[in-house]
Amino acid sequence: MKYIDEFRDGDAAGRLAAAIRAEADPARTYHIMEFCGGHTHAISRYGLEDLLPANVRMIHGPGCPVCVLPVGRIDAAIWLARQPGVILCTYGDMLRVPGSKRLSLLKVKAEGADIRMVYSTLDAVKLAADNPDRSVVFFAIGFETTTPPTAVAVKQAAALGLSNFFVFCNHVLTPSAITQILDSPEVRELGTVQLDAFIGPAHVSTIIGSAPYEYFAEEYQRPVVIAGFEPLDVLQAVRMLVAQINQGRFEVENEFARAVTRDGNPKAKALVAEMFELRKSFEWRGLGLVPYSGLRIKDAFAAFDAERHWDVPADSVADNKACECGAILRGVKKPTDCKLFGTVCTPENPMGSCMVSAEGACAAHWTYGRFRDA
Amino acid sequence: MCLALPSLVTELLDGDQAKVDLGGVTKAVSLALVDGVAVGDYVIVHVGYALTKVDPAEAEKTLALWAEMQETGALT
Ligand code: SF4
Repeated sequence: MKYIDEFRDGDAAGRLAAAIRAEADPARTYHIMEFCGGHTHAISRYGLEDLLPANVRMIHGPGCPVCVLPVGRIDAAIWLARQPGVILCTYGDMLRVPGSKRLSLLKVKAEGADIRMVYSTLDAVKLAADNPDRSVVFFAIGFETTTPPTAVAVKQAAALGLSNFFVFCNHVLTPSAITQILDSPEVRELGTVQLDAFIGPAHVSTIIGSAPYEYFAEEYQRPVVIAGFEPLDVLQAVRMLVAQINQGRFEVENEFARAVTRDGNPKAKALVAEMFELRKSFEWRGLGLVPYSGLRIKDAFAAFDAERHWDVPADSVADNKACECGAILRGVKKPTDCKLFGTVCTPENPMGSCMVSAEGACAAHWTYGRFRDA
Repeated sequence: MCLALPSLVTELLDGDQAKVDLGGVTKAVSLALVDGVAVGDYVIVHVGYALTKVDPAEAEKTLALWAEMQETGALT
């Protein structure tokens, strides 16, 4: 398939790996965080870590939208699904994420709540149009990639004059999460986590562009290379970051120029700006309360906001104690550091969110990497 | 759920939609987020929406970089 196969070519991967081996300085280490779950997935699936020299290490970041949603928000979605007359719909991965008391939307569905999986936000709007006597709540999650589709859906519901379509908004922002990691005590004071550079998101960057990363490349003196999700993209980004580190540069470079520009997608950005505003803070699994990192619906579209229509519980609920997702999302621990990994916790029976989505570090490691480390 | 792949636009449909082909699988996607999409373009599709067009010239440049590594043989 065009734009896919060429970016998975094994020979080129070998040559890139050889170049990285030649260029990495044996006298130092390179700790590179891939922010996105999409990169984590590619790294595990293609065994890219095996191609890298021992002193170039990948650290998995928190960029999996399913993984970072805290238990309290899952519980709130479950609460919404149980309200009379509600149809709750969301993307497939969300159904299996464990909330508190080992409940999940899937289990609540089995108990009789009306919960549907949708592929696109427009399916959710259609559900509302087809069920005028029900309240359809779209459980919206995700980074800058899924936010514009939510905005389109609200616009469409407004155009159709629907008064039974609501959004439970959990959209979050990538740059604030990266800043939070760089500000964390592990990185800043304790030095227990070394972070030399970042691979920047692929699809998030198609929307926001490369400009938003310039601030922390400069401020925190860490190079950033935006990369596509194919294996050669990731290797090329590693090579570019090794070069920046060797030369003492900290710039934002763009490996994914075939899809990402400096300014991103103006149409999508305008839609998001029209409909959403920043929350003062939003809780992330693993990162805690992150200032100005989440979005809510603006007053002008209040009629579509589930959090205004219902008194949605806003409790902060602790993670399952044995689950290490939080530390994994901060780059402090690896999936294999978790006692439950692969024993009690598997993709079929996930104990934490990192084991649910294919981009979660635990799921990716279980699916592609479990025999390698053993 | 962030995994999204470049898909070929095969037909423009009513209501700001297009038919795309991804390795023989066709589906309808929304064009609400991108302007100026034409048949023959590749778009990156995510949760049912085209997010952006793939720039063929930039893709060639990236691929050429790796091809060059091969030709010079400098790194093997
Ligand atoms: S293996 Fe399961 S329980 Fe352990 S950190 Fe990963 S998701 Fe949490």
